[in-house]
Amino acid sequence: MKILVGISKSPDTTSKIAFTDNSTKFDENGVQYIVNPYDEWYALVRALELKETLGGTVTIVTVGAAADEAVIRKALAIGADEAVRIDADPKDAYYTAVQIAEYAKEKGFDLILTGKETINYNGSQVAGMIAESLDMPFVSLATKLDVNGSTLKLEKEYLGGIQEVEVGLPAVVSCAKGMAEQRIPNMRGIMAARTKPLTVIPAAQVDELISFTGYTMPPAKSAVKMISPDNMDELVSLLHNEAKVI
Amino acid sequence: MSVLVYINGVHGIGKNAFEAVTYGKKLGDVTVVTNGNVDDAALAKLGEYGASKILVDKSLNNADDQQLTKMIENAANQTGASTIVFVHDHIAKNVAPRLSVRLKAGLVSGAIALPDGDGTIKVNVFSGKAFGSVKVNTAKKIISLLPNSIQPENNGGSAAVESFSANAGDTKVKVLATKQPEGDIPLPEADLVVSAGRGLKGPENWGIVEDLAKALGAATACSRPVSDADWRPHHEHVGQTGIAIRPNLYIAAGISGAIQHLAGVNGSKTIVVINTDPEAPFFKAADYGVVGDAFEVLPRLTEAVKKFKASH
Ligand SMILES: Cc1cc2nc3c(=O)[nH]c(=O)nc-3n(C[C@H](O)[C@H](O)[C@H](O)COP(=O)(O)OP(=O)(O)OC[C@H]3O[C@@H](n4cnc5c(N)ncnc54)[C@H](O)[C@@H]3O)c2cc1C
Ligand SMILES: Nc1ncnc2c1ncn2[C@@H]1O[C@H](COP(=O)(O)O)[C@@H](O)[C@H]1O
Repeated sequence: MKILVGISKSPDTTSKIAFTDNSTKFDENGVQYIVNPYDEWYALVRALELKETLGGTVTIVTVGAAADEAVIRKALAIGADEAVRIDADPKDAYYTAVQIAEYAKEKGFDLILTGKETINYNGSQVAGMIAESLDMPFVSLATKLDVNGSTLKLEKEYLGGIQEVEVGLPAVVSCAKGMAEQRIPNMRGIMAARTKPLTVIPAAQVDELISFTGYTMPPAKSAVKMISPDNMDELVSLLHNEAKVI
Repeated sequence: MSVLVYINGVHGIGKNAFEAVTYGKKLGDVTVVTNGNVDDAALAKLGEYGASKILVDKSLNNADDQQLTKMIENAANQTGASTIVFVHDHIAKNVAPRLSVRLKAGLVSGAIALPDGDGTIKVNVFSGKAFGSVKVNTAKKIISLLPNSIQPENNGGSAAVESFSANAGDTKVKVLATKQPEGDIPLPEADLVVSAGRGLKGPENWGIVEDLAKALGAATACSRPVSDADWRPHHEHVGQTGIAIRPNLYIAAGISGAIQHLAGVNGSKTIVVINTDPEAPFFKAADYGVVGDAFEVLPRLTEAVKKFKASH
């Protein structure tokens, strides 16, 4: 089984979110980047498990700059065989997806896995766009994935519940919690990652369909109003008269 | 301007559909395209919120996202729509990106507001910790609207319902089973949510959470350790790794308010926190706080809500 996993970076979840250049750019000052958790914990680990039971290869692909190679090496340390970096700024989801689709086009991947979303832009767009560009079926938010010959059997989150679906290969799947258990890279993996192939390929010419023009922070919360645990009537009355939510 | 709104009719037409139609109406003349075995009375209701025409393919019940994409593309071509609006749910998360590629139309994913004066549209970024303004560079636009972002407006209009042949091709994704919580209010759609965390100590204690939810007509939710321990079903888990919700009221009992939990709920209009620890970080994100034992405070709050409901 030949598997491709899309790996993106995201700011560590505890990073302070701030903007510079007149609120048009994310302030990277002091921000620690990690492998986007969904990509690492679910997509990549499930790909490795499939490789371990069925044989094959796991390739990771990142659309990003040279600075992202630290994050790529981390994913290699967890166990991917090789990495490809498409040398470009991942401007918007369409741009990113078409780059990945162009790379994957004639490589014969059986399965393309991504995380359910990046935690910075939370778009949940890239995987569906890859699928459409390659005319493949797509199953999103999968929480369980099993391979049965040339068919995939999956469970996915669906409108507050769960759906069981079946789809033929090749296919694109975005991975959510439940898919696999997080793996901690060991020393051997970290050493091996240093010498695993990391190929850099140039970007294709692709249009940007959207652009982010600026950012704002949510209005600051006014101070919390404390209510005595013995006076729930007051809370109800505030929720009705002041907050107007009940 | 011609606007096309996609509504999935398979599971019935709810509040989020009225929000999407209301949103579309503010942008132009709205045609709705929908699929599934949905009755005409429910469809007609969309007219009250501003749709002038409804195209429905009732035969398309278990459509996969490639079929839905084709159907919406066909409807967009037929109506000449320049803007296509989705409800940002699990269906839109598959279909809208595909449609964006097919139509080469810029996609605003997770919009939370109508376009600003300069035409940019606000979306949630960084797990709800900030907003981004998105400019669409293409003539055709796709907007996927986050639930609870706009107040539905019933203008008492009416819509012509026409049957529509989706011409969607074959299914590639076969649905074997769909398990949805029965009778409950789906969490992503809920206006009111009562949530609890590890402070509740065990699954056997959730009765007091459910009682309050029932008294309010609220959905229930939980923190991640609670669903990890199987105290509650996974679909109730909110936060960065669970689902993000934006209810009008979020009541959190026995939840510390870790940053990853807040990521899923900080879009709530009003937050009430009940915690024994006055230093719990959640109080910083709360509108109303109660320092107290959830085992005492929740039943008291339930009684107070019942009393209020009886007199209103
Ligand atoms: C990458 C990452 C992603 C994560 N994603 C999520 C996510 O999506 N959602 C999520 O929820 N968490 C997530 N977490 C976990 C998160 O960091 C917290 O560990 C978790 O939210 C804590 O859950 P809790 O508040 O229920 O439990 P605790 O932190 O144990 O807090 C329990 C609280 O209950 C209070 N309490 C105790 N007894 C009572 C009582 N009788 N009455 C009232 N209050 C009481 C305590 O004072 C305490 O504040 C994530 C963590 C990481 C690292
Ligand atoms: N720059 C990127 N390079 C490689 N994969 C990416 C990139 N951006 C997003 N992805 C993949 O697409 C998924 C969804 O991203 P998004 O649509 O941005 O929420 C992520 O979880 C990754 O697996």
